[in-house]
Amino acid sequence: MLELALKGSKRYWMWISFLLVLIGIGSLAYVNQLMVGLETTGMGRDVSWGFYISQFTYLVGLAASGVMIVLPNYFHNYKKNKHMVIFGEFMAIAACIMCMLFIAVDVGQPTRMLNVMLHPTPNSILFWDMTVLVGYLVLNLLVGWTCLMADRANLPHPKWLKPFIYTSIIWAFSIHTVTAFLYQGLPGRHYWLTAILAARFLASAFCSGPAILLLVLKITERFTTFQMPKDAVKTLVKIIMYAMCVNMFFFMLEIFTSFYSNMPGHMNPILYLFAGEHGHNELVPYMWTFIVLAFLSIAFLVTPQLRENHKLLPWTLVILVIATWLDKGLGLVIGGFTPTPFETITTYWPTGKELLVSMMVYAIGALVVTVLFKIATDVKEEMGHSQALPCGCSSEDVCECAPEGE
Amino acid sequence: MKNNRRTFIKLAGIAAAGLAVAPKAMASGSAAPVKTNPEAVHAEHWAMVIDTTKLHTEEEIAELAGICHSIHNVPNIEGKKEVKWLWADEYGHTFPEQENPHLSEEVHHRSFPLLCNHCENPPCVRVCPTKATYKRPDGIVAMDYHRCIGCRYCMAGCPYGSRSFNWGEPRLHMDLAKLNPEFPTRMRGVVEKCNFCVERLAVGKMPACVEASHGAIVFGDLSDPDSDVRKVLREKFTIRRKPTAGTEPSVYYII
Ligand code: SF4
Ligand code: SF4
Ligand code: SF4
Repeated sequence: MLELALKGSKRYWMWISFLLVLIGIGSLAYVNQLMVGLETTGMGRDVSWGFYISQFTYLVGLAASGVMIVLPNYFHNYKKNKHMVIFGEFMAIAACIMCMLFIAVDVGQPTRMLNVMLHPTPNSILFWDMTVLVGYLVLNLLVGWTCLMADRANLPHPKWLKPFIYTSIIWAFSIHTVTAFLYQGLPGRHYWLTAILAARFLASAFCSGPAILLLVLKITERFTTFQMPKDAVKTLVKIIMYAMCVNMFFFMLEIFTSFYSNMPGHMNPILYLFAGEHGHNELVPYMWTFIVLAFLSIAFLVTPQLRENHKLLPWTLVILVIATWLDKGLGLVIGGFTPTPFETITTYWPTGKELLVSMMVYAIGALVVTVLFKIATDVKEEMGHSQALPCGCSSEDVCECAPEGE
Repeated sequence: MKNNRRTFIKLAGIAAAGLAVAPKAMASGSAAPVKTNPEAVHAEHWAMVIDTTKLHTEEEIAELAGICHSIHNVPNIEGKKEVKWLWADEYGHTFPEQENPHLSEEVHHRSFPLLCNHCENPPCVRVCPTKATYKRPDGIVAMDYHRCIGCRYCMAGCPYGSRSFNWGEPRLHMDLAKLNPEFPTRMRGVVEKCNFCVERLAVGKMPACVEASHGAIVFGDLSDPDSDVRKVLREKFTIRRKPTAGTEPSVYYII
């Protein structure tokens, strides 16, 4: 099937070359980092994890989120989205690859990375995180590829695949739980030391992940003949809505616990993030942007007219993605390190080189997504699944506007 | 071709024979291949008591840090990427959980020496994915710099900010003429911290900061009721940093 990725329009190749250029530029920054060390980053003794690890954390959510399409399909027999499952799985593959790359670019001695596997250390959550990520990648490759092959050959999906699919659904929850455990069990890091962190991670993943997936599929629709079934989109948007509400609810639980208990250790990071401490308020505008955007997106999502407005929907999703990124991608990691163990504030901001390296990883992810989605949409076109009709509906919809769609 | 194969088989045979004989050969020597120094000092649980009534000025602590850093080839870097094994900070930063606004002026103005606490339940060991940080049977939390992948998980795990990472090439920040040839320098991309001077204990010496402290720091075996450490702990009121973290530090402070 890979050959499908090699035949494409001029626009397809221009996009691929554009990504390759970005990867090229980013890798120069990475080579520089390899030569002189992580000196090129804005991290330091006090804030020792930064942009790389926060991107990793955010993207694990994207990887886990594919399950929000897979689960209704297999556990609830919701068949309207059966032609979207493959995109959730392929997105997870790209996200897993980006996660691993973000870990790889963050370690000080990348040549020794395999030590994690050569000297397995079960008491370290990082070992488990590696394990579940690799496992999830393999599961999605296996399931996604096999299903698409079967589709293309017009065969039913093989029976032996079922256990793998069910495993992958449970596994999806595990990857984000384990990632939360990475933070959750550390004494002395008050912002992370909370039992609800894993639940918050999952809630945030299950709104932001499907939102990103929907946005990417919207773009896919513009460049291919693929069209999402309307009902499937509706369901997914509802899932996003509930997940986002739960996400913000969990966040408020956090605020209540910290401030009603009045324990300084628990209040300090939140005060630093939202009000600034010791004259440091670098993150305050970002964190309030997160709050405003989060509630704005909820307002748009819970109002049926606004939720079903297809012009507005992409913007709602963009707002939601920005809000969750500010919360989990920016505030979470920095808030964990600030205040420092000495109750002082050390500020962190990524350097240009750090951003270039991150751009490289994201471009690699985009390349993987492009190639995989190209293959998937080509197969769908061949088979006539989920194709766009002249009226704008999908061939899976029970379409009233165009009778030939029935 | 044929010749090659014959050589290979021959070599394989020799190797197999070697493998069969090797354990016997090793066992035949009565001693283990590594000899311990007969002078070495041993303890079941090394611990340190710092008398901050005697040692509390920034200059005194800086002097000890200078000695520690020079014998361990610790790079001298300014700013947030600094590397340090022993340093000074004020009361509120050292004991953030045990502060009160009406604390004696004098205590508030003291400086307190900080270093790795060689905790009994060290989170840095718990989180390390490669066993590069490990606890020795004598309680010292040591590091294998050649094992460390530089993931900095231990830095996130340590509640005391005791660890430093080599963000760049450490040798660029050292006076190469004054290197201590008896202790290795580190490479970039690995974490480091105070090691309770294991290399000195191994040859029967006390840690360098203890030796230079004019009696203000006592070092000894915590599990021996007759040790100097236990004697001071019996007589004086001491506190440890961040008791709520549950790490059980082996460094005690007399206030
Ligand atoms: S003080 Fe920090 S680095 Fe030292 S043993 Fe305790 S947790 Fe580990
Ligand atoms: S940085 Fe090194 S010592 Fe610290 S946790 Fe990672 S591998 Fe272990
Ligand atoms: S015990 Fe040794 S390594 Fe640790 S601070 Fe003192 S001199 Fe430095």
